[in-house]
Amino acid sequence: MFTFILKRILEAIPTLFILITISFFLMHSAPGSPFSSERALPPEVLANINAMYHLDEPVINQFFYYLGGLLQGDLGPSFRYKDFTINELIAQSFPVSAEIGLWSFLIALTIGVGCGITAALRQNSWLDYSVMGVANLGIVLPNFVLAPLCILFFSIYNHWLPPGGWNGGAWPYLVMPVIAMSTSYIAQIARITRGSMIETMHSNFIRTARAKGLPKYRIILQHALRPAMLPVVSYLGPAFVGIVTGSVIVDVYFGTGGIGQHFINGALNRDYSMVMGVTILVGTLTILFNAIVDILYAVIDPKIRY
Amino acid sequence: MKKTLLASAIIATTFIAMQTQAANVPAGVELAAKQELVRGGGSEPATLDPQKIEGTPGSIRSRDLFEGLYNQDGDGNQVPGVATSYDVNADNTQYTFHLRRDAKWSNGDPVTAEDFVYAFTRAVDPALASPYAWFMEIPSIVNATKIIAGEAEPSSLGVKAIDAYTFQVTLERPVPYFVKMTSHQTMFPVPKKVVEKWGSDWTKPEHMVSNGAYKMDAWIVNEKMEFTRNTHYWNDAKTIINEVTYLPIESPNAELKRFQSGQMDLSYELPNDHFKQLMRDIPDEVSVTPKLGTYYYQYNITKAPYNDVRVRKALSYAIDRDVITKFVTGTGELPAYSFTPEVVNDFSPATPEYATWTQKERNEKAKALLEEAGFNKNNQLSFSLLYNTNENHKKIAIAIASMWKKTLGVNVILENQEWKTYLETKKHQQFDVARSGWVGDYNEASTMLDLLTTTHGNNDGKYSNAEYDTLLTEARTMQKPATNYNKAEEIAIEQDMAVAPIYQYTEKRLIKSYLGGYMPNPEDNIYARDMYIIKH
Repeated sequence: MFTFILKRILEAIPTLFILITISFFLMHSAPGSPFSSERALPPEVLANINAMYHLDEPVINQFFYYLGGLLQGDLGPSFRYKDFTINELIAQSFPVSAEIGLWSFLIALTIGVGCGITAALRQNSWLDYSVMGVANLGIVLPNFVLAPLCILFFSIYNHWLPPGGWNGGAWPYLVMPVIAMSTSYIAQIARITRGSMIETMHSNFIRTARAKGLPKYRIILQHALRPAMLPVVSYLGPAFVGIVTGSVIVDVYFGTGGIGQHFINGALNRDYSMVMGVTILVGTLTILFNAIVDILYAVIDPKIRY
Repeated sequence: MKKTLLASAIIATTFIAMQTQAANVPAGVELAAKQELVRGGGSEPATLDPQKIEGTPGSIRSRDLFEGLYNQDGDGNQVPGVATSYDVNADNTQYTFHLRRDAKWSNGDPVTAEDFVYAFTRAVDPALASPYAWFMEIPSIVNATKIIAGEAEPSSLGVKAIDAYTFQVTLERPVPYFVKMTSHQTMFPVPKKVVEKWGSDWTKPEHMVSNGAYKMDAWIVNEKMEFTRNTHYWNDAKTIINEVTYLPIESPNAELKRFQSGQMDLSYELPNDHFKQLMRDIPDEVSVTPKLGTYYYQYNITKAPYNDVRVRKALSYAIDRDVITKFVTGTGELPAYSFTPEVVNDFSPATPEYATWTQKERNEKAKALLEEAGFNKNNQLSFSLLYNTNENHKKIAIAIASMWKKTLGVNVILENQEWKTYLETKKHQQFDVARSGWVGDYNEASTMLDLLTTTHGNNDGKYSNAEYDTLLTEARTMQKPATNYNKAEEIAIEQDMAVAPIYQYTEKRLIKSYLGGYMPNPEDNIYARDMYIIKH
């Protein structure tokens, strides 16, 4: 297992490098510059700004400047937020998204798996249809609809929760972002769990277990659950990365200050270093959690060995 | 316990007594005990460094944190800020500002003429690379252009401190409206000691020192920015609001929800789609005021047939501006027939003749002009209309394209581009007709009219008329340039139809009925220190 982890880490380095290289050149090939604005800057002013950020040099030089900084852990200055470095912005916003994400993930996992198993065990019953109906609703109800609905219900009509802000992560500020963030994941996890559980329950080894007269709860807990969880675990790796790196909608509607807004704004503002910083963060987390998923696979299914 | 209660009572009494001394609170108005203002701040500002700010989100916040030589009142007139008065020489080239002696930074240091010298010099210094350095070139401060271009030392800028409280600015040519420019953040002072000590980190809440009515307490990107009273501010005794919180919310819908839930007192804007409903439900909380800006369509005059004035006029005449403002935007905008909006200070643009016609007459004239230019059923005019991604721009483009189709038989292809791509496309004249908008930087007609001069960096349509350029150049040295401005309007719009003005912008906000002292002006220079929360 140790060799496997080491191998994954070593594999991650060239993967990340390729990701950084492609992202860097793609970003720089987009039309417009970080400093193009409605008020066209006089050429001499633009020249001063470009010189300050090395934008007056060939892109390849800029790439090496960037790599140089990166090797020292410096993600560079933000082209947009001039009073902050990318390190500072990510350090400020990522913990917010991570906290919302972790809560959302735990809730999505618990409720999603619970609903999925319940629906699978009562396949084609009213319970199955009800649970999956709600799950489908969760999938088709995007969070840009859910977020304002939450504010309408919890804040405007009932004054139970503050409509936005973060306030250091105090729980009243956490509730609605977590609801908006977790709903679609609950639905997805429930669907995957249900499908996988139904398939497992129709397997030969379950039939054998039934024939041997094992009680149902033992069949489910000891025999069906582990193999049924494999597709769920596969889904959880990328889902976890997606969930902890935040959502633009959640950030916009609830003003949490999470990292989600940086995804879109970085690209729209041509904030090259912001896009790169977020890409590296997501890339690293994706590689890390895919490795964790692989390890979990081995834990869940003893047949899998690395 | 009794002692605590007594102390609280004394503090409360003192506080209320202090509040009632506020100069601008009308008699009989009872103030709320909690004087905390929460306002929408648009998007997250790119910076709070006055000489680096280039966007509205930064400039609205900077007016609470910093104070320049002059401020603006509710009508957009200049009122003393750090300067109490100024002298100007006979030919408007040397302005001497007399600074108040009680102006202080939030750390207690006095605000001196040296601070202004430092800030002005900083704005043009290539080492800072201020995106608004060009703002210092407009009034032609001595050597500003050369310094920006790296051809002169920053220290050679035409600014000097005669003494600690006398600041002098020398211009290369007469600019009568120079004082109007001093309420812009690029000309705000910055604390030299603090900037030099902390470098670009000086704007962090733990380091920032400011000279406005407020100082910064917290800045959490994309969540909020918190300001508290600067007790050293010279007019602190007349400041009522104790805390100002700015929420960086880009979505007007999200902002509306915050307002409705009571978490916001003053919004940055309001969602156009909800305007009618809001006017019906909470008319007292909707504010619509004229703004110094014009929404217009720009022709690419470098290519045919847009280099033909008949085509430009035909397209402009066929736009029913009343329909656009009443039914498409529908949020209080005024139809525009001139380029300079009516709200501008010291100038009332003359009504062009085509504005006096009925739309039917304009349409008839448009058809005739287009026919004259060689376009008819057999030779239909087709072109693309460029706009940047935005629901309102799209709606307006659809409406105008349909007017052109219906009236003139013109085929229009709508071309939507993402913001930065759109800017590049326009900059390189890769368009036929494009949406544009311009909001003035200072309250004087040249802030609009200069845009159509041959060499202006934002004249993307490349309109050029030597007489127009001369009129604008002359106007810079005139005490009363209105005659030139009217002639310039006549040439650019009535004669050449350089662009098609569509509507004059308005500032639309939601304001809680308990918020007093909100004094919008055409440049939207509003200050939290003028406001107060009424007991509710």
